[in-house]
Amino acid sequence: MPLVWQEARITAAVPETPRVRRLTLAVGWGKPFRAGQHVDVRLTAPDGHQAQRSYSIASSPTRPETIDLLIERLADGEVSGFFADVAEPGDVIELRGPIGGAFVWDPAEGGPLLLVGGGSGVVPLLSMLRHRAEGAPDVPALLLTSARTPDDVIAREELMRRDAEEPNFQLRLVLTRVPGGRRIDADTVRAALAALGTPAHTFVCGSNPFVSAASDLLVEAGLPARTIRTERFGG
Amino acid sequence: MVTRGFTGRRPARPDAERLPPGQYLTEDFPVLQLGPTPKIDLARWRFTLREGAKPLKSWTWTEFEALPRTRWKGDIHCVTKWSKFDTAWEGVTFDDLLAAAGIEAPTAYLLAEGYDDYTTNVPVADLTGAKAMVATRYAGEPIPPDHGGPARLLVPHLYFWKSAKWVKGLRFTQKDEAGFWELHGYHMYGDPWREQRFTGD
Ligand SMILES: Cc1cc2nc3c(=O)[nH]c(=O)nc-3n(C[C@H](O)[C@H](O)[C@H](O)COP(=O)(O)OP(=O)(O)OC[C@H]3O[C@@H](n4cnc5c(N)ncnc54)[C@H](O)[C@@H]3O)c2cc1C
Repeated sequence: MPLVWQEARITAAVPETPRVRRLTLAVGWGKPFRAGQHVDVRLTAPDGHQAQRSYSIASSPTRPETIDLLIERLADGEVSGFFADVAEPGDVIELRGPIGGAFVWDPAEGGPLLLVGGGSGVVPLLSMLRHRAEGAPDVPALLLTSARTPDDVIAREELMRRDAEEPNFQLRLVLTRVPGGRRIDADTVRAALAALGTPAHTFVCGSNPFVSAASDLLVEAGLPARTIRTERFGG
Repeated sequence: MVTRGFTGRRPARPDAERLPPGQYLTEDFPVLQLGPTPKIDLARWRFTLREGAKPLKSWTWTEFEALPRTRWKGDIHCVTKWSKFDTAWEGVTFDDLLAAAGIEAPTAYLLAEGYDDYTTNVPVADLTGAKAMVATRYAGEPIPPDHGGPARLLVPHLYFWKSAKWVKGLRFTQKDEAGFWELHGYHMYGDPWREQRFTGD
């Protein structure tokens, strides 16, 4: 089915962390989306100059009429800067999707599910976690996520609440820019695998360097490469 | 539709003319792939031309490195919207591969196959006439594993997902068969200048 450009209205825009803004968009999907998919947005200047970028959907597929995007402001970013500073509720954005058929998880695929996200790379994983909580709460899942400081953890309250309340979900936070901070390393990976058991599906998402490093660690820890799926945001 | 408040950042004019629609210029070399970077042992590396299941010709790494080599410099365009200018590659053109195998292309289509089980389809006409190569060097060095080393297909005039990484062979097919991304909704051909990103574009 062709992916057509549609107009989507921003219904809310709120700060998620100091560097990430959450935008809620009312979309008119022709078909439902799957957790892990993304949309393309297109912005047009008055002289016709256009910019397109991809953004993962953070919200659960069970609520398909509106989607949440979590957009991190990058220094000098052409599109992320617009979403950080200019976009407001009521604005209409051109968008098409859902896109992507490989980095997706459906409850029917089961688990255990290992989710590894660096920075805004947690966004598509959030959609999977939200979907799992509603549709397959028995599937064991562990989210290993890396952020600079506690304030930079996207959806921190929600993740901590899930960790406290959901019997089969575990959260592992790795903070890089705090005293004694660290990055995801062989020890963190080993501990996560020991806590979860061998995952049937592993999803790794974030910047290029993050995904390269994390997926190499997972392969070194013995996970078969074909059980690991990756999504790279660039940078 | 003009987006309220968006002014954007235009590339310099000569750059803009080299940028296909919807693309932006990057100085980095982003990486895109389905899964982890495969570890490939050159001692066991093989590159095979097949027709359907039937092998037509196969090379070891040493044999492949002895084939005639060609350099190519130019621009590449990824469907995720980045373009990179003046990239420099070296490898064996598709024409030279066929010549070395002593064959003519038996069909009009093929699937490039990667060590990661990735496949992507390309019409044979898009590979002949020095338009494409199996590259083994980038910027004068062996291609780094993240960018598809030891060898990747290079079809620079199509979106870069057609330039299969960690390529292990080319399989001629009777008709144009969808590869991995094409089965997931991406365009069968992928011309950046016509913005053929997805099925129906
Ligand atoms: C499938 C997919 C899903 C994505 N999902 C999200 C998402 O959910 N949330 C999100 O915030 N972003 C996401 N991205 C990244 C997003 O598409 C843009 O790349 C990002 O917002 C930067 O665009 P820009 O126009 O602001 O920056 P640009 O003007 O393009 O670039 C500004 C500078 O930042 C560098 N840069 C570009 N991208 C990155 C990056 N990701 N990290 C670090 N440096 C970078 C550039 O090299 C340049 O120096 C996703 C990307 C892909 C491919």
